[in-house]
Amino acid sequence: MSPRAPPRAAAARVAASVSAPAAQDDASLLERLQRGAFAYITRYSNPLNGLVADTSRAGAPCSIAVVGFALTCYIVAVERGWLSRTAAAQRVLVTLRFFSASSQREDPQATGYQGFYYHFLDMTCGERVWGCELSFIDSTLLIAGVLAVGLYFDRPQEAEIRDTAEALYRRVDWRWAQNNTPTLAQGWLPEVGFLHYGWEGYNEALILYILALGSPTHSLGRSCFETWTLTYQWERLLGQDVLYSGPLFTHLFSHAWIDFRGIRDGFMRTNRSDYFENTCRSVALQREYCERNPRQVVGYARDIWGISAGDGPTGEGAREYATDRRYFGYMARGVPFGPDDGTLCPWAMLATVPFTPQAALAGTRRLLSSFPQVCREDRFASGFNPSVNPESGGWVSEGWYGLDQGLLVIMIENARSGLIWSLLRESAAVRRGLRRGGFSGGWLTR
Amino acid sequence: MKSRPRSASVRARSGAARAPRGHGQRLAGSSHRYDLAVIGAGPAGLAAALLAARSGARVALFERERLGGTSLNSGSVPSKALIRSATLFAGIREATRLQGSGQREPIADLAKIAARLRRIEERIAGYHSLARLARDGVDVHFGAAKFIDPHAIATGATRFRFKKALVATGAVAAAAGIPGLAEGSYVTSESVFGLTQLPEQLAVVGGGPLGCELAQAFCRLGSHVTIIQDEAKFLPREERDAAQILARAMARDGVEIRLNTRVVGARAAGARVVLETENYKTRDTIAADRVLVSVGRVPNVAGLNLEAAGIAFDGLNGVAVDDFLRTSNPNVYAAGDVCMDHKYTHVAESTGRMAVQNALLRQRLRYSGLIIPWCTFCIPEIAHVGLQIWEAREKSIPVKTYTMMMQDIDRAITDRQDTGFVKLHVVEGHDRIIGATIVASRASEMINEVCVAMHSGIGLRRLGRVMHTYPSQASAICLAAMSMDEPC
Repeated sequence: MSPRAPPRAAAARVAASVSAPAAQDDASLLERLQRGAFAYITRYSNPLNGLVADTSRAGAPCSIAVVGFALTCYIVAVERGWLSRTAAAQRVLVTLRFFSASSQREDPQATGYQGFYYHFLDMTCGERVWGCELSFIDSTLLIAGVLAVGLYFDRPQEAEIRDTAEALYRRVDWRWAQNNTPTLAQGWLPEVGFLHYGWEGYNEALILYILALGSPTHSLGRSCFETWTLTYQWERLLGQDVLYSGPLFTHLFSHAWIDFRGIRDGFMRTNRSDYFENTCRSVALQREYCERNPRQVVGYARDIWGISAGDGPTGEGAREYATDRRYFGYMARGVPFGPDDGTLCPWAMLATVPFTPQAALAGTRRLLSSFPQVCREDRFASGFNPSVNPESGGWVSEGWYGLDQGLLVIMIENARSGLIWSLLRESAAVRRGLRRGGFSGGWLTR
Repeated sequence: MKSRPRSASVRARSGAARAPRGHGQRLAGSSHRYDLAVIGAGPAGLAAALLAARSGARVALFERERLGGTSLNSGSVPSKALIRSATLFAGIREATRLQGSGQREPIADLAKIAARLRRIEERIAGYHSLARLARDGVDVHFGAAKFIDPHAIATGATRFRFKKALVATGAVAAAAGIPGLAEGSYVTSESVFGLTQLPEQLAVVGGGPLGCELAQAFCRLGSHVTIIQDEAKFLPREERDAAQILARAMARDGVEIRLNTRVVGARAAGARVVLETENYKTRDTIAADRVLVSVGRVPNVAGLNLEAAGIAFDGLNGVAVDDFLRTSNPNVYAAGDVCMDHKYTHVAESTGRMAVQNALLRQRLRYSGLIIPWCTFCIPEIAHVGLQIWEAREKSIPVKTYTMMMQDIDRAITDRQDTGFVKLHVVEGHDRIIGATIVASRASEMINEVCVAMHSGIGLRRLGRVMHTYPSQASAICLAAMSMDEPC
């Protein structure tokens, strides 16, 4: 298929500006930051197998989730004119061929098992590293990218992309990932079996359930999703009626691919909302929290927020009677229930631009003007804590994280043109998964 | 029911077969036929015996150890007293740091703290002394009571016939069940209060309420504490946000946390114990001066000869009762930890009284009608009443929660006790409260306001109109309730 041309494509193709963010209009700023984020994908990928590094740090392994984002980013790059369609298709094909041919075995050195993949892979040989888990959510993010390219590359000479994408999706055994329980497990280790952790409460697993429900080969039963949603909490919190989940990324990952505007499952019908609106309210909640700034940390403000999963400073703070002054390193932070150690994810505000564009852009502009050190080479760092060493500009995470960059490319595109949302609305798998999950209304009924 | 003159029906004897600590006598009735025979003088048994006696029944109360049961002697009372000492110590330590460098941190003298616990126990025990029970008309018999047939109990060679009986023998700490960890080489959540020397390194096995409370308390007293929990989170019965706040609070205090970790073995190493642990098949060891095992409590049914009375039971769930607390013997009831999933002192007292009301006073009170609060007394405390959200949703009840963060409560801010929240659960579209969770420094007190509202049918809107003192932590409840009518 050939997606509609982005409505503001002409403006968006303006070359990246070198001027200060404050001097740029919104379209130019978005173009610049989107392209900067995309540059991570090409710079830190292995052209021989399509794997993309988890971070820009030396020796970093591949994160399969980043690959899923990267595949989707190639679509954006074609539409934005940053890559030719042929070059993008070649990159995609290399990636899909790698996963298709990769070892799917129970042994610890394999690339995956039961159609899922290990969270981190060696950038060169593609084998499991760090003794990591077979990750069901990270595999899902990879598969989401696979489905996206399978839809986008619709020309006759691109048939191998479509066929391979379909085959990769069909071989994922989602039912196996239930481990004979009512809901999905979080992962599996070849040495010990399934992880004990379950998915409790709303989080990024929404897309996992939808793709698992939509599988033509190993679909979950409908009750599996319903059972998971029994752990949801609908609450009025800091002035918002919200399905709470602390880290901001949990309100974004599923939405990178799926357009949740106007479609509702049973839970959202009961509460007269939808997941898109819920993300908007979660943004409002973050802004409210950061304005109140109960921990009195440096930096938080109504226009400086973005508390999510990301890198952060470490250190054992003083063992205090009433106040937690520890720093958590890489951590999924969330508010208002915590954990909150004053670390912000500089990319997070901009990633909400399809939901709350004014707040996202106002926040991003203020961040860039107040703390320009968080954005180098037009790419945001993973974490920033201005309370740590404030005299030297605060603590800033080294390098960049692939997840942040991939998410930004896609979310900015969804804000600019709705490209990825439009694309996945045509996915039979997504539509089937949503319907089996009880979603209805909006574009799903058309 | 016949009443009897109390003064004539009891007499003091000396030379008890097993004298209670602190008392040199036992009291027994002149007759061996009773309207109600109560086995166990813990919270359930005492509450039941007193209510029955005050209602005019002839009551025998059997106890094989000490009056007051686990709660008083090795449970709620000493643990709360220990937590108070630990909180005081943490405050002193912080104050010492605020004094500046060069100040030595205080060192806890556990012997003095243990002595304080004993004084507190003795003081509270006075409210249920033998003399008071006698004045209320309760015949107390010390010794191991057991059923000998469906209508009779014996202690030693003495038989007692009853019209109704109540089994209220409570629960005991579950055995460790760890290979290599011999009986006597560890302490339990009951025997830990006998320690007189603060362990330098304490390993706590079990992340339930008691394990968490004691781990944090000993950490605050100055021990290096490692807590080992075989599940993915602490307090499996509590909601995620509460359990996570507790985990962070313990880590903040310095407790070393090992979740998803099983203790698979133990061995002695000199005066220390080395625990062998497994986390997803990754083996590790933890060396400790003391091991505290807190892996739950099991019903105390040993030696009761329940079979003789036709009373159904099992070792895991204890005595089986119906919604009226009646056992499979229609003349025998049970109450408290020996038959309840909710093993709390207040539940024991309440069910003890309920059993008497049903057994003797011709009432038909149902256990399922009780509104049961509970609290884990960590810092912050975690209290709950009514339905959890997932329980409501499993019953297809659409539930909405009104939440107030303690960090937005003035009194919590002034006291630097601003960790936690108040969550009030109502049926969506209504204001009937169906449950609440409170995480706050005084959650155990605050939850009672919600209990009163639920018991009295006070909805969220009326609760929000109740004037609260300012500043107070309880105002969080009022503000959460008021938020119902605030625009989003």
